[in-house]
Amino acid sequence: MKTRLLVQISYSLLMARWKQTLVAAIGVTFSITMFITLLSFMSGLNDLLDGLVINRTPHIRLYNEIQPTKKQAVELSSEYKNNHNFIHSIKPKNELQQIRNSGAIIQSLKKDNRVLGVAPKINLQVFYNVGTTDINGIINGIEVEEENRLFFFKDYVTQGNYIDLKNISNSIILGKGIADRMLVNIGDVVQITTSKGERVPMKVVGFFQSGLQEIDKIQSYTNITTAQKLLGESNAYVTDLQIKLKDLKQAPFLAKEFASMYDVEAIDIQTANAQFETGSSVRSLISYAVGITLLIVSGFGIYNILNMMIYEKMDSIAILKATGFSGRDVKKIFIGIALSIGVFGGLLGLFFGFGLSFIIDNIPFNTAALPTIKTYPINYNPKFYIIGTIFSILTTYFAGYFPSKKASKVDPVVIIRGK
Amino acid sequence: MAMKILEAQNIIKYFHDPVSVQVLKNINFSVTQGEFISIIGKSGCGKSTLLYILSTMDTDYEGMLYIEGKSMKKLKEAELACVRNEKIGFVFQFHYLLNEFNVLQNVMLPGLKLAKYNKQEVEHRAFEKLKILGIEKEVYKHPNQLSGGQKQRVAIARALINDPIIIMGDEPTGNLDKKNSEIVFDIFKQLSEEFNQTLLIVTHDNEFAARTHRIIEMEDGIILKKD
Ligand SMILES: Nc1ncnc2c1ncn2[C@@H]1O[C@H](COP(=O)(O)OP(=O)(O)O)[C@@H](O)[C@H]1O
Ligand SMILES: [Mg+2]
Repeated sequence: MKTRLLVQISYSLLMARWKQTLVAAIGVTFSITMFITLLSFMSGLNDLLDGLVINRTPHIRLYNEIQPTKKQAVELSSEYKNNHNFIHSIKPKNELQQIRNSGAIIQSLKKDNRVLGVAPKINLQVFYNVGTTDINGIINGIEVEEENRLFFFKDYVTQGNYIDLKNISNSIILGKGIADRMLVNIGDVVQITTSKGERVPMKVVGFFQSGLQEIDKIQSYTNITTAQKLLGESNAYVTDLQIKLKDLKQAPFLAKEFASMYDVEAIDIQTANAQFETGSSVRSLISYAVGITLLIVSGFGIYNILNMMIYEKMDSIAILKATGFSGRDVKKIFIGIALSIGVFGGLLGLFFGFGLSFIIDNIPFNTAALPTIKTYPINYNPKFYIIGTIFSILTTYFAGYFPSKKASKVDPVVIIRGK
Repeated sequence: MAMKILEAQNIIKYFHDPVSVQVLKNINFSVTQGEFISIIGKSGCGKSTLLYILSTMDTDYEGMLYIEGKSMKKLKEAELACVRNEKIGFVFQFHYLLNEFNVLQNVMLPGLKLAKYNKQEVEHRAFEKLKILGIEKEVYKHPNQLSGGQKQRVAIARALINDPIIIMGDEPTGNLDKKNSEIVFDIFKQLSEEFNQTLLIVTHDNEFAARTHRIIEMEDGIILKKD
């Protein structure tokens, strides 16, 4: 009953000055709109840039590094335990980069319910032959379907059909960069030289574009069996196991586990791509800073209108106090005005923020570097709307707090005596 | 014997700005239920100052103030607000009606604040008070659509809404012409006679004062004569 009365008084005072309060509310609306739009857009952009890496990068990569045995046989021998081993700068054995027992490891990983999938891969150093010059390159031998399921391979094949890689023998999908340098079209045959010096003709069935030019200038894809053939290895030969997890955050922890379990090297995505995390958080930070600055500015608008209102309504405050309203009641009345401005302006802001984000989401955005992106990216995370609401209420509360406090301190005797 | 509803004991008041001046010097008097009292005295003798202290709005004084036997000295701001709401009705020289509300709402406000009755009852009571004051036809008008005399009558209705034990007025006819002053006086007289309402009215109009039950005459911060 009592609160309702105070709300009613707030409302009446507010309506008597609706033009000014509307201006103040529009200030809040504007800042919340910008806050929402900015964060949605920035976050969309972050997701896009992260996606460039995260979609394409295994959460954990298992591989073998060619290095000399850490403990030499002589050190393990009990016979020479008290002797000093003076042989240094030991060279590794002529061993291949292959992961031993890869078939069993794949089987075991596929059973692990923390793992979404495993795609084996072979890294192959080659030269692309362009006339008389040779260009350094890498061919990735992949299991086409699994690569597509886990790492969206299809999205990056901008020309040609990715599945041809599996169906056509000795086929290759060239990076757009290298394809341009070699001046080839789909259906042409290119010559490549393997690291063992063999020259092999391969049929171009597509081009791919990763969005990262450095990659597109070097890398190409072929079927894993073709790669094994190029190397003259058996079908058990695999250099990399690319693992995608159900929960990305577990990658560092599981990388350690897999490394010791399978006796291989393992690197997790967080360690491999630390710089992306930093970029994303800096961009978010900037958007929050801009959004909050806007809100504070609109807070001053509310502060002003309330101060003006209190100055105008001195008589009303005096008589309310004379007839039995306490300082606290008066404070609540004016805080009520501030909060209504905040809530009304804020809600409209959320609405417009969504609208503006939606518009941006539909603006065409085509860039050669990002083949899968057709419009500007927007992230409609409800988190931004919740934060926007909380901030609009907080800023208007604080903007209203000091003028309201002033109003609560008005001495009716001073006002009444002045008449 | 009638009940003492208000008692002032040794009330002393200083103003310190610009220089220390004692405006009230040891004021002692009491009001009993049903009295119609006027306070008169030259301009600047301290009548308003005394009334603001008696009304609990001014708390910066020495001495004791009792309302219905209860000391007002130790009460907090919010408690004093409740005392004013429930027990005291005010009429000032200026009407202090809220322009955002119509006549009826203005009268209802202190009643809704008290919350002794629900909204319908408060509205009904407000109608009754306005009827006593003869302005029941203006209830839905806004204060700026009323004449000076009408506004002052609305202010009196507002003072009456919670059936206060005392009505205090600081020159309530000061802004009114002869005819309207007469109407307001008649209303006070009617309240006193018909409803046994206690009234304490500051005035500079000796003719007005002469027709009240008791005249308190002040001069330079002291009470000359209490009748
Ligand atoms: N706020 C104030 N500061 C200083 N002196 C004041 C203040 N208010 C009133 N006075 C002085 O107190 C005296 C009494 O004033 P007041 O009670 O208003 O007189 P009255 O109502 O009898 O005309 C006057 O001399 C006036 O100048
Ligand atoms: Mg006076």
